[in-house]
Amino acid sequence: MLRIIKIVVNGKEIETAIDEREALVDTLRNRLHLTSVKKGCEVGECGACTVLVDGTAIDSCMYLTVWAEGKHITTVEGLKGPNGELSAIQQAFVDEAAVQCGFCTPGLIMTAVEIVGTGKKYSREELRRLISGHLCRCTGYENILNAVEKVVDGKNQIQE
Amino acid sequence: MYDFNSCYLAKSVDDAIRALEANPAAVVISGGTDVLIKVREGKLAGCDLVSIHDVEALKGIQREENHSIVIGSASTFSQVVNDSIIQKHLPMLGEAADQVGGPQIRNMGTIGGNICNGVTSADCGAPLLAMNAVLETECKEGKRQLPIGEWYAGPGVTVRKHGEILTKIRIAEKDYRGYTGHYIKYGKREAMEIATLGCAVWLKLSEDKRRLEDIRLAFAVAAPTPIRCRKIEEQLKGRELSPNLYEMIGKGALEEVSPRSSWRASKEFRLHLVEELAKRAFGQAVLNGGGVDLA
Repeated sequence: MLRIIKIVVNGKEIETAIDEREALVDTLRNRLHLTSVKKGCEVGECGACTVLVDGTAIDSCMYLTVWAEGKHITTVEGLKGPNGELSAIQQAFVDEAAVQCGFCTPGLIMTAVEIVGTGKKYSREELRRLISGHLCRCTGYENILNAVEKVVDGKNQIQE
Repeated sequence: MYDFNSCYLAKSVDDAIRALEANPAAVVISGGTDVLIKVREGKLAGCDLVSIHDVEALKGIQREENHSIVIGSASTFSQVVNDSIIQKHLPMLGEAADQVGGPQIRNMGTIGGNICNGVTSADCGAPLLAMNAVLETECKEGKRQLPIGEWYAGPGVTVRKHGEILTKIRIAEKDYRGYTGHYIKYGKREAMEIATLGCAVWLKLSEDKRRLEDIRLAFAVAAPTPIRCRKIEEQLKGRELSPNLYEMIGKGALEEVSPRSSWRASKEFRLHLVEELAKRAFGQAVLNGGGVDLA
């Protein structure tokens, strides 16, 4: 059954018809063409489909779009600056060569946004745990941790 | 696209009960991390869902006037982990909830779902059993409260009837005041893992920290449902802390468990884990309570 829902995606209010059986990942990719959101395992293990719902990282493959009514969704497309500049987190991933095939990257970046958003400092061990909901088969995670660590520390320096 | 027939978005608990009564085949969905997997696997193909995902009355953690701690069934694992009441009074439950799946799963899955799916491997099952949690449900006839020990009916089966919603998980003050504990989850990985075995020890030390006033021992995956080991608990109650208690709790636990072999681990390995984890969890629980680990 088609339903009309209103959601705020990357700061923009959107009204669209969706099938009630749709997962949020399908709505974002196929209806809104936000293809940074990747479809991987579809059972909540790989984290490639991670987006923020009201600031909280969730696997959008296991989140029904009907649940998103009235909520704020953020994807990597929503991170860029007014002139298309990369966000600090994206730049850190580039600088640290934290990207190889790139499939896990958008999900990891969204989790990094959630981590940075807490404003707390984390040890490398804690960061390892915080990104444990993502699988990366290329990098061995070290460069990803370097990138997340850099931006977590950088953010805190600015705040201090 | 998921292979279900319809999804009714309940606005309240009463609304959900009405929707379930109107459809004897409907399935309750909350966080979705179990139910949607089953739909994806085809086990619930074509089903009708009744969603309690956004029923606010089922969320949140509070202390009541009589100091009972009440956890709304639709509180996510992350909410349990980060809640100050849980951190202060029921840290073992927060630690267990923090070992479910991965961060995103913990942001989605709910503590009520962990109990309602009835599985023996649920990380919150053994700790809540050890804490004598009381489950409050609602159905068209009204509310009922039952101890979690009477909840499990078999592997993946609970006494929850169709049209009945688990609303609250309540832990009375007498079951947490002065208690400390430790939960150990054994898995092959440290994230995105289902417990091979889980062990919860919840105990109360005497004021001088040298005697066990009370002790509860509960396991996940050591039987078809989460279980308590009441015989060894009775034998340990009131004893002075001493090195031989470790042997007692380990061997005693073995008498009361009945694990099976599965693709995850053999029965023999699980028995080894039962004995070893009981000792380790006991030692850490004593330490957490300000006692001395004599192992």
